[in-house]
Amino acid sequence: MIKHEYDAVIVGAGGSGLYAALEASKTARTAVVSKLFPSRSHTGAAQGGIGAALGNVEEDKPEWHAFDTVKGGDYLVDQQAAKILAEDAVRAVYDLENRGLPFSRTDEGKIAQRRFGGHTHHFGEGPVHRSCYAADRTGHMILQTLYQQCIKNDVSFFDEFQAMDVIMDGNRVAGIVALELATGEIHLFRSKAVLFATGGFGRMFKITSNAYANTGDGPALLARAGIPLMDMEFYQFHPTGIKGMGILITEGVRGEGGILRNRSGERFMETYAPTLLDLAPRDMVSRAIMTEIAAGRGVRGDRKIDDYVMLDATHLGKETVYSKIPDIADFCKTYLAIDPAEKPMPVQPTAHYAMGGIPTTIDGVVTTGTVTYDGLYAVGECACVSVHGANRLGTNSLVDLVVFGRRAGMHIADYVKGASMPSLPEGAEEAAVKKIERLHDGSKGPHVGPFYTRMQEAMMAKVGVYRNERPMTEAVDLIRTLRDEFRAVRSEDTNKAFNSDVLGILELENLLDLSLVTAASALNRKESRGAHSREDYPERDDAGWLKHTLASLDGQDVKIDYKDVDTSIWEPKPRTY
Amino acid sequence: MKVNLEIQRFNPETDTAPHFKTYEVVVDPTDRVLDALMDIKRNTDGSLAFRRSCAHGVCGSDAMVINGTEALACKTLIQDVTTEEGATIRIEPARHMKVQRDLMVEQEGFFQNFRSVKPFFIPDDSKQKPEKEYAQSIEERAQFDDPTKCILCGACYSACPVLDKNPNFIGPAAIVQASRFVFDSRDSGLGARLEILDQPDGVWACENHFECTRVCPREIKVTKMINFTKRAIKQYRDERGEQVNDGGAQA
Ligand SMILES: Cc1cc2nc3c(=O)[nH]c(=O)nc-3n(C[C@H](O)[C@H](O)[C@H](O)COP(=O)(O)OP(=O)(O)OC[C@H]3O[C@@H](n4cnc5c(N)ncnc54)[C@H](O)[C@@H]3O)c2cc1C
Ligand code: SF4
Ligand code: FES
Repeated sequence: MIKHEYDAVIVGAGGSGLYAALEASKTARTAVVSKLFPSRSHTGAAQGGIGAALGNVEEDKPEWHAFDTVKGGDYLVDQQAAKILAEDAVRAVYDLENRGLPFSRTDEGKIAQRRFGGHTHHFGEGPVHRSCYAADRTGHMILQTLYQQCIKNDVSFFDEFQAMDVIMDGNRVAGIVALELATGEIHLFRSKAVLFATGGFGRMFKITSNAYANTGDGPALLARAGIPLMDMEFYQFHPTGIKGMGILITEGVRGEGGILRNRSGERFMETYAPTLLDLAPRDMVSRAIMTEIAAGRGVRGDRKIDDYVMLDATHLGKETVYSKIPDIADFCKTYLAIDPAEKPMPVQPTAHYAMGGIPTTIDGVVTTGTVTYDGLYAVGECACVSVHGANRLGTNSLVDLVVFGRRAGMHIADYVKGASMPSLPEGAEEAAVKKIERLHDGSKGPHVGPFYTRMQEAMMAKVGVYRNERPMTEAVDLIRTLRDEFRAVRSEDTNKAFNSDVLGILELENLLDLSLVTAASALNRKESRGAHSREDYPERDDAGWLKHTLASLDGQDVKIDYKDVDTSIWEPKPRTY
Repeated sequence: MKVNLEIQRFNPETDTAPHFKTYEVVVDPTDRVLDALMDIKRNTDGSLAFRRSCAHGVCGSDAMVINGTEALACKTLIQDVTTEEGATIRIEPARHMKVQRDLMVEQEGFFQNFRSVKPFFIPDDSKQKPEKEYAQSIEERAQFDDPTKCILCGACYSACPVLDKNPNFIGPAAIVQASRFVFDSRDSGLGARLEILDQPDGVWACENHFECTRVCPREIKVTKMINFTKRAIKQYRDERGEQVNDGGAQA
């Protein structure tokens, strides 16, 4: 076992972790621990843009952005946090540009902006050009720019180290345990502050836009350490993933004028969202697609959940397609052998984004509202501030990364100045060491493949776009069974160094744990709100359910508690577009 | 359909030399090669080692040599390689980097070269920072669009014939990454980057084989960017009455 000591350890090198690292490392001794080489993080896959009311194309205001965020999130958003998000977005985008980010440009040489779902002017009157973009590679450019800045500022990285465990001393963090891919060694990082920025966990579903690495390690290991997770039932299905594969087709396609059509070529969004049409928020568009499919109006018309609809961009012209959405054109060519300028794209909802996660303050400090964990932080997709509420608007995650990444980094820098180095509890690494030993005990277990298939199919079919009591109960039962059976899994690779088998098994464990928390939280919430849509409770119920869920993992049980929502600015209203 | 994946295996802890192991897999012609690798790893042989993450060609994790050519396993469909039932697809690790395990290769040298070109924005310090964004026209932005696409996958580095004979060459990707800034109208760091670029093992080692351009999964015109960079360096030196440091190669 190898020991390290830092003021701050940042787990994750996507947009949020890197931004926090840039800030924290200015004054604090900071290490970034990442299971992927930083530039491989899934922030690099983000396509459509980052929202900020720059007003480069038409009038816009942060206040409208904040309102759209709250309404888009079906009023489960904490409103002061949304205000910070929208206001600070403007500074954040200029800051990224000033650090070299190559945004696309307007005719006047300003940062280009496009329309995006749910983003409006004058509190819902019509769509607004708010999404700042670099073609359809905005996330790639953000990740590159931030990593470049880390190189420039000499930030210390531990690449291909996978965090396995957090070390707590009561309610105070003391460090983490990580496994190094290259050697198979366990490393113990003792640290005053630990920030989790481990990204999403779309891999619990069968069809997803998320990377293999998106396995929710941070939230899962904190859940096992007894820290509750917030609003886990709110998982976003993006309406347009490539049929069968889940690869994302950015909402930017619809922002540029793309239209969704059913089997008879009808623009069906006219029925569901007469004002915003195809640019309605994602939860609504995904439901519209699933409703069309259920009514036999999908392209195959067989009413099965894997039927699909068409996204038509043929009227945009080659020029727009190749300059504004070149990567989409490339994906369509590679995976579908079609040119979107000539043929419509077959699409279906794809599991995309976790609104829920590790509950934090507006400075990234982990808190349940009643208990605050000193030195423990979370940002990015794995965190829940909550600025996305029950449904995130497109372009708001990238804003979240840089706005709250920065705030957490600054808070850490400040916190570690006054904090002493925590003492490590005796045998802090023992649980992790035992876990690895067990995987190598020489016995033979089942392959991991069937676990993935069973978990992902159940989560997709039973805890997907539309939900019902019975299927969700079945999903909870199945996940419990899988968690039991999982204990027999062993590493098939007997090597220590470069043993990716062990890492994959640890990831599967994380996904199983988060699937249980997600399904149980969904089963518990008896209303429909944002992305959580129950056919057996179709209405939003503010009197009973305008509250955040806090779910704690306790063996095979999930204990539910609640936290208030901050509705201090706008009164919750029915949500129509 | 059924195909055979003939995969190079090597475990430095137990093997003295690499060997090939063949796995039969059931695939759809439109599956990715990566899907087949994942199927083997999860359902047949958990000890097979390779890197992957995004699965759609944007993270740069899975550059390897597929039937003799560098490619991303996630951006190569089975039907791109073969449509024949029972065909064999040969999969080897990327070249010019030490094999760590099976298809995993040591990338530290590759990344070190990347970091050495100062791959970050260097603004003109004599000018005031703008209040909002730096102005840049659509045309200026287009000048360096191509190299911004690089995902540091290393396919070009693996395919480059110059690296066969000169392992000290910084390689195509590092130059592409430098060119992303050299041709950015907002950047003024060419001078600072010359100590690495303007060297016999820098840009001047490139012999225009075009292999990098051929294999780049992001379809970056790699060789063209290298040649543009050579020209920019030449011009920079000319303007100052200096000679380029090409070790006499271009004389
Ligand atoms: C295809 C796609 C397109 C998108 N487009 C947009 C868009 O246009 N606009 C927008 O706002 N949002 C978009 N999103 C959402 C947004 O990109 C993500 O939510 C966001 O990038 C997540 O960033 P992150 O920093 O939280 O995590 P990530 O970028 O996923 O990074 C996670 C990091 O954590 C590390 N890590 C994970 N587990 C461990 C562990 N156990 N130990 C050590 N390190 C670990 C990984 O190595 C990685 O570095 C998109 C998402 C997808 C999937
Ligand atoms: S230039 Fe192309 S081949 Fe080379 S590292 Fe970049 S993306 Fe890969
Ligand atoms: S897995 Fe990301 S490029 Fe292939």
